[in-house]
Amino acid sequence: MIRAPLVKALGALGSPTHQIASRAVRTSAVLAQTPAKAPEKIEVFVDDIPVMVLPGTTVLQAAAEVGVEIPRFCYHERLAVAGNCRMCLVEVEKSPKPVAACAMPVMKGWRIKTNSDLTRKAREGVMEFLLMNHPLDCPICDQGGECDLQDQAMAFGSDRSRFTDINYTGKRAVEDKDIGPLVKTVMTRCIHCTRCVRFASEIAGVDDLGTTGRGNDMQIGTYVEKLFLTELSGNVIDLCPVGALTNKPYSFVARPWEIRKVDSIDVLDAVGSNIVVSTRTNEVLRILPRENEDVNEEWLADKSRFACDGLKRQRLVAPMVRMPNGELQAVEWEGALIAVAKALQKAKGQVAGIAGQLADVEAMVALKDLVNRLDGELLVTEQDFIKGSGIEVRSSYLLNSTIAGLEQADAVLLVGTNPRYEAPLVNTRLRKAYVHNELQIASIGPKIDLSYQHNNLGADPNLVKDVCNGSHAFSKVLEGAKKPAIIIGVDVLERPDGAAIHATISEYCKKLKKPDWNPFNVLHNSASQVGAFDVGYQPGIQAVLQAQPKVLFLLNADAGKVTRDQLPKDCFVVYIGSHGDNGASIADAVLPGAAYTEKQAIYVNTEGRPQQTLPGVSPPGMAREDWKILRALSEVVGKPLAYDNLDELRARLESLAPHLTRLGELQPASGGESVAKPSISISSTPIDVKQKELRDYFMTDAISRASPTMAKCISAVNKQQRQDEARRCAAV
Amino acid sequence: MLSNCAAKTLAAVRGSLRAIATSSAQRSDNLFVHRDTPEDNPNIPFEFSAENKKRVEAILSIYPEGHKRGAMIPLLDLAQRQYGWLPISAMHKVAEILGLPNMRVYEVATFYTMFMRKPTGKYHIQVCTTTPCWLRGSDEILETCKKQLGIGVGETTKDKKFTISEVECLGACVNAPMVSINDDYYEDLTGKDMQEILNDLKADKISPPGPRNGRFASEPKGEPTSLIEEPKGPGFGLQAGL
Repeated sequence: MIRAPLVKALGALGSPTHQIASRAVRTSAVLAQTPAKAPEKIEVFVDDIPVMVLPGTTVLQAAAEVGVEIPRFCYHERLAVAGNCRMCLVEVEKSPKPVAACAMPVMKGWRIKTNSDLTRKAREGVMEFLLMNHPLDCPICDQGGECDLQDQAMAFGSDRSRFTDINYTGKRAVEDKDIGPLVKTVMTRCIHCTRCVRFASEIAGVDDLGTTGRGNDMQIGTYVEKLFLTELSGNVIDLCPVGALTNKPYSFVARPWEIRKVDSIDVLDAVGSNIVVSTRTNEVLRILPRENEDVNEEWLADKSRFACDGLKRQRLVAPMVRMPNGELQAVEWEGALIAVAKALQKAKGQVAGIAGQLADVEAMVALKDLVNRLDGELLVTEQDFIKGSGIEVRSSYLLNSTIAGLEQADAVLLVGTNPRYEAPLVNTRLRKAYVHNELQIASIGPKIDLSYQHNNLGADPNLVKDVCNGSHAFSKVLEGAKKPAIIIGVDVLERPDGAAIHATISEYCKKLKKPDWNPFNVLHNSASQVGAFDVGYQPGIQAVLQAQPKVLFLLNADAGKVTRDQLPKDCFVVYIGSHGDNGASIADAVLPGAAYTEKQAIYVNTEGRPQQTLPGVSPPGMAREDWKILRALSEVVGKPLAYDNLDELRARLESLAPHLTRLGELQPASGGESVAKPSISISSTPIDVKQKELRDYFMTDAISRASPTMAKCISAVNKQQRQDEARRCAAV
Repeated sequence: MLSNCAAKTLAAVRGSLRAIATSSAQRSDNLFVHRDTPEDNPNIPFEFSAENKKRVEAILSIYPEGHKRGAMIPLLDLAQRQYGWLPISAMHKVAEILGLPNMRVYEVATFYTMFMRKPTGKYHIQVCTTTPCWLRGSDEILETCKKQLGIGVGETTKDKKFTISEVECLGACVNAPMVSINDDYYEDLTGKDMQEILNDLKADKISPPGPRNGRFASEPKGEPTSLIEEPKGPGFGLQAGL
């Protein structure tokens, strides 16, 4: 794969604002030739408003700086400039013809006229040509109402049509492509902006889309019959300015003006992508990304986007208690709470709690307070981590380089992690650094496709030792780097020798440390994990199993790690959560909780950024917010918790860990990890990752397991693979 | 009566506006997606011949490191010359040599009309039908080809020997009408000439390319009619003031 050659000059430029610089470089070859010293700003006039910009800034960016928006289709600030839609034509004084604002770097003293007669005429002409071959099917088009072409035709198009082809013989028609179960294509609507092609090749790193043919016959597609299978495919839907690529599960479901939008947070991985939940009549219809430069830019991984139909399936809608005949029976809240309270009173302090992947901070704190008040101590997370003092220092379990920070890294070592599927939006940052920042990446673990070139050192864990004592060749790269980073997958730390690997790497990272840069990173894959550690949960379920509790709370613990056989016979299992999954199946009492779209709750992402979800819909049936269930239970059991509403609970959170309520802010974890030397040394069992291929990615939690769309994705991946294999067999 | 009125009104409205899309749709005869066929599918292996492998090396050596993808068009051309046309496995081979995703090669191969992505005969007869050739009788030439070979435009004879294409200007208008057979230009043709050429080709005899009416290259036929006097000296035709 080729790294963008133009952008390589970025390093030489050394601009402090990487973002702006990278955009500027991508937009013009002129800047690549500028000497390394800070370039002087030049003055241009946009509609007679003077503005000082860096040389190499495009006309479109200069206009944006004074708040003038130039219409565009193909230009997208996160993609390379294509300059093929011509919608951004503007008049520049003394220029004989209009210039394409997105691709033309400004020159000193240019007077740009974004609303002159010539500009308007140019836009109208371009729009007329676009509409000539665009079907007039807005009434049956899913993009209707949020379509750039519609909006811009209204704003900048002509007020009448010269299109007289009433027999419909002259409009271009293109056959639709089957590119998978997530993206629906109506290729006749395509205006050839090539945003999807550029996204696939630059951001997703999957060069499956392209333009074939020429002139009027040009079409976007895969040329051969092939599905566009990547973990980021949904983003082409957002990028498409027309209705050519639309959301397949959402097709013909709703119009944008019918839906309510709620800003929320995604919890299906540990990135904490910012999302907008679109709802109508108490139903989540779709999920879109929300821009947050620090977390997800404006992308969203497919699981986060498309698993929302799992919120309607397999839901627990009524409290249930296991009857003597072994069946779970729906009961009233009162009955369920009394049953649990009775068990709790009998347990005499032998109470434990396990928090699963989707547990929110509020519920975990409520559970912790309740268990503590019942004289229980055992509160653990389902996802294991290193034992002992590993979680006492916050920086020893965070992605300290931060997600946005990884963009600036110039040497990265991945240990037992596949960021492509564990955290797709962290992987896009790594890929961005790979393309624009000459990032060198090595991995210890199985051979995997990360969508960029990397050096697989092998799967032997002793390589960690070699790298960390400086004897490996990659140590030189790390030590010579300005911003090195080592990313440990959380699955590695589950191993018996995980603590030794953790300690070795954190020791080495002290050596690599730079001012303002912590190279030590743990990449989590469950949204609850960092929050759980922040409020004092211990990692791993072994402690609970050893203690043989009388009552065990499973708070969204659905990974299937706890089984009934491991627990004592008389153990009363209480499941609190949203989906009828592994946890509920072994429970004696099921208390239906709310999913992340139904509650206001805090989640802390892998870099330690607390963010809150907001309720878009109300919980189904008798389900309630998880912390409220625990609060009610405490009342029944006779040990009422000290908070009656969310504000009081948040105050309690603040007293536990003050950073938790500073939503959206990143509290840098102080360094100085002093992890005690573990007794076990690194074994020689090869390091493995759980999510190796795309098919492993789609179903990783209760919500995505319940989602029919995710099931379709897996079968599509399998089908594609079977076809490829059949082809290969035939060739041999 | 009403419909008559409506038609009249429409006609009046249409007459007052400039019609921009009233011509019939022009469709290309090429398909810009790939369909697996017995002749063309990814399972048919393609490999450059030993001789051509050397050529591949030579082509690649022209391009500096990091810009090897510039060799794509020469390599595709080489593959087409070897195979007679450009099957999808040849595109895959080129992608493999250049270390590019297949899609990037498909894009180039579908863009250029001279990459034949369909089985093409040994002799590819490209009849120019652009205005100058048309004015000089390209219709007759095309008709002769069709009749002689029993195929239409874009078709290939059963014995895989001939393919007829209609092409746009090949830049030999001064010798119109002309056809290009593989790499050779046959110019100043008449129907009879065309018949001869095709008969020769049927016997695998290649007639000498060039003008068929006796003149050399694009020299005037017979005597020169212009620029026959001595060249004028410097300063000819300048204003007196200069």
